[in-house]
Amino acid sequence: MLDDKDRVFRNLYGLDDWGLTGARARGAWDGTKAILEKGRDWIVNEMKASGQRGRGGAGFPTGLKWSFMPKTAERPHYLVVNADESEPGTCKDREIMRHDPHLLVEGCLFAGFAMGAHVAYIYVRGEFIRERERLQAAVDQAYAANLIGKNNVHDFDFDVYVHHGAGAYICGEETALLESLEGKKGMPRLKPPFPANVGLYGCPTTVNNVETIAQAPDILRRGAAWFSGIGRQNNTGTKLFCISGHVNKPCNVEEAMGIPLRELLEKHAGGVRGGWDNLLAVIPGGSSMPLVPAGPDQADTLLMDFDGCRDKKSALGTAAVIVMDKSTDIIRAMARISYFYKHESCGQCTPCREGMGWMWRVLTRMAEGRAHKREIDMLMQVTQQIEGHTICAFGDGAAWPVQGLLRHFRPEIERRIDQYAANPHPEPVRVAAE
Amino acid sequence: MAVRRLAPPELQPKSFAFTDENRAWAEKEVAKYPPGRQASAIIALLWRAQDQAGGWLPEAAIRAVGDQLGLAHIRALEVATFYTMFNLAPVGRTYVQLCGTTPCVLRGAEDLKALCRRRIGDEQHITSDGQFSWIEVECLGACVNAPVVQIGADYYEDLTAESFEKVLDAFAAGGTPKPGPQIDRQLSAPVGGQTTLKSFERT
Repeated sequence: MLDDKDRVFRNLYGLDDWGLTGARARGAWDGTKAILEKGRDWIVNEMKASGQRGRGGAGFPTGLKWSFMPKTAERPHYLVVNADESEPGTCKDREIMRHDPHLLVEGCLFAGFAMGAHVAYIYVRGEFIRERERLQAAVDQAYAANLIGKNNVHDFDFDVYVHHGAGAYICGEETALLESLEGKKGMPRLKPPFPANVGLYGCPTTVNNVETIAQAPDILRRGAAWFSGIGRQNNTGTKLFCISGHVNKPCNVEEAMGIPLRELLEKHAGGVRGGWDNLLAVIPGGSSMPLVPAGPDQADTLLMDFDGCRDKKSALGTAAVIVMDKSTDIIRAMARISYFYKHESCGQCTPCREGMGWMWRVLTRMAEGRAHKREIDMLMQVTQQIEGHTICAFGDGAAWPVQGLLRHFRPEIERRIDQYAANPHPEPVRVAAE
Repeated sequence: MAVRRLAPPELQPKSFAFTDENRAWAEKEVAKYPPGRQASAIIALLWRAQDQAGGWLPEAAIRAVGDQLGLAHIRALEVATFYTMFNLAPVGRTYVQLCGTTPCVLRGAEDLKALCRRRIGDEQHITSDGQFSWIEVECLGACVNAPVVQIGADYYEDLTAESFEKVLDAFAAGGTPKPGPQIDRQLSAPVGGQTTLKSFERT
């Protein structure tokens, strides 16, 4: 198990002071200036050497992303922090913002310095009102202590602004977030141009997840070797896991990357309800990722990191582990996830706007068994027609969980269709699509 | 996509103007953004307008915010109808936003929904005294504390039908119950005590 001294989020559960005094006692804002004096290139190289991959879902190497920012400063550069945490199952950034906000503020300074950005906007989801107030209070403390702002003690003018949304999952997509930040509907932009060239207000911008940024101060202070020494190659460091669903003690916990799923659940979450053998399936990385069913080649041997999840045809995503035991109606659970995507589609691309509702309606019928077996293949085909045919990855993220269901639980769907067909029902009234 | 329309004309107030206090606050909000980028403040201003108008956004308020920021009304209307936390029709004074996404359903959100139906009525129905209304929302982002409801700015977590009933009782009596987990638990730590960070534990 990860040693306590190797944990980045030492106030994860809010037992200690969240403010500047508490944060300083836990090591934040210590020697910040000395690290900045090592220079921009040193910071970017150290982040690259640490092997940290973005914690927001896609797992893109952070140092590499920072290095994409232009070196010259003809236009203003912006750092935008994505705190629009809305992926079902995920609740890690919330803990950082309300219990260790100074890690985030200090991380913003490092990241901003490394990419020549003098302004950072933190985009917090609308529902997180208390978390936003807490984060704003921490930013105010940092201004009052002259740690950030104009003519601060670090000799690098840097402003941090807390911005918020008003309830739109799609604003977690980086270009939709930029649109929303500019005061428009959160509709993703076509890429290229990528935000590193044309981002916020048409200027070079980098968008990072809260956890990614909040880990940066510890990485730079303790050194890349410390971070890369935890976990496996290409999957280094620590990660906040959110364990929800059918476990005895759902919780957030910081662990080393690559921890086996079973160990994670049994050590920290009190195990699967009714014992490990009662596991039906697990979604390892938030609702956008395909589920992994129970079984010796599947959940039993699942390692919780980017490559480990990919080996099981899923993905680590945000490391939000949703556990489902054998009492779960798996088709209904997936239909509810489809409803989520139907509700949250921004409506810009036709395959997504129309496809989400279609998938949800078909899955709802399949949950009752009121379907034909040929519709299973048709549903699979539709998911493949959505996947990769939309501007942003929302379409993929909605198609994958359905594909996961069809890949692993086809017999269950067929059984339900047979059961329904064996008991005659009156012809259903056809309902027009919304 | 969610279909969202403005409230019918008979519910719409004729006019809307920010109070002086809110107007001053709005100017500070606009100053966060570079000159000429005042549109960025629209979400914050609409939110403040919603608070001032009693929990929902009348058409007059949306237009007033557009005017204040120098935007065409359609731009303000686009934003107000796109983001689901802007209520386009009146809501109860205690507005319950109940998370109905899969992680909460796995932990019993259906029971809470049934309780809302029994106690308050259908979704978006306002009780006759104007006190309560409820809506099912998508993931609130507190999944390890499921099931969760948001009332006002606060989250009520780890609910059961019984504890949720108590929370609603407290609101009905005019109070504000303590937010956070409604069981014996330190926020998002496992029930019964944390498994990590013990060396940082304070007594």
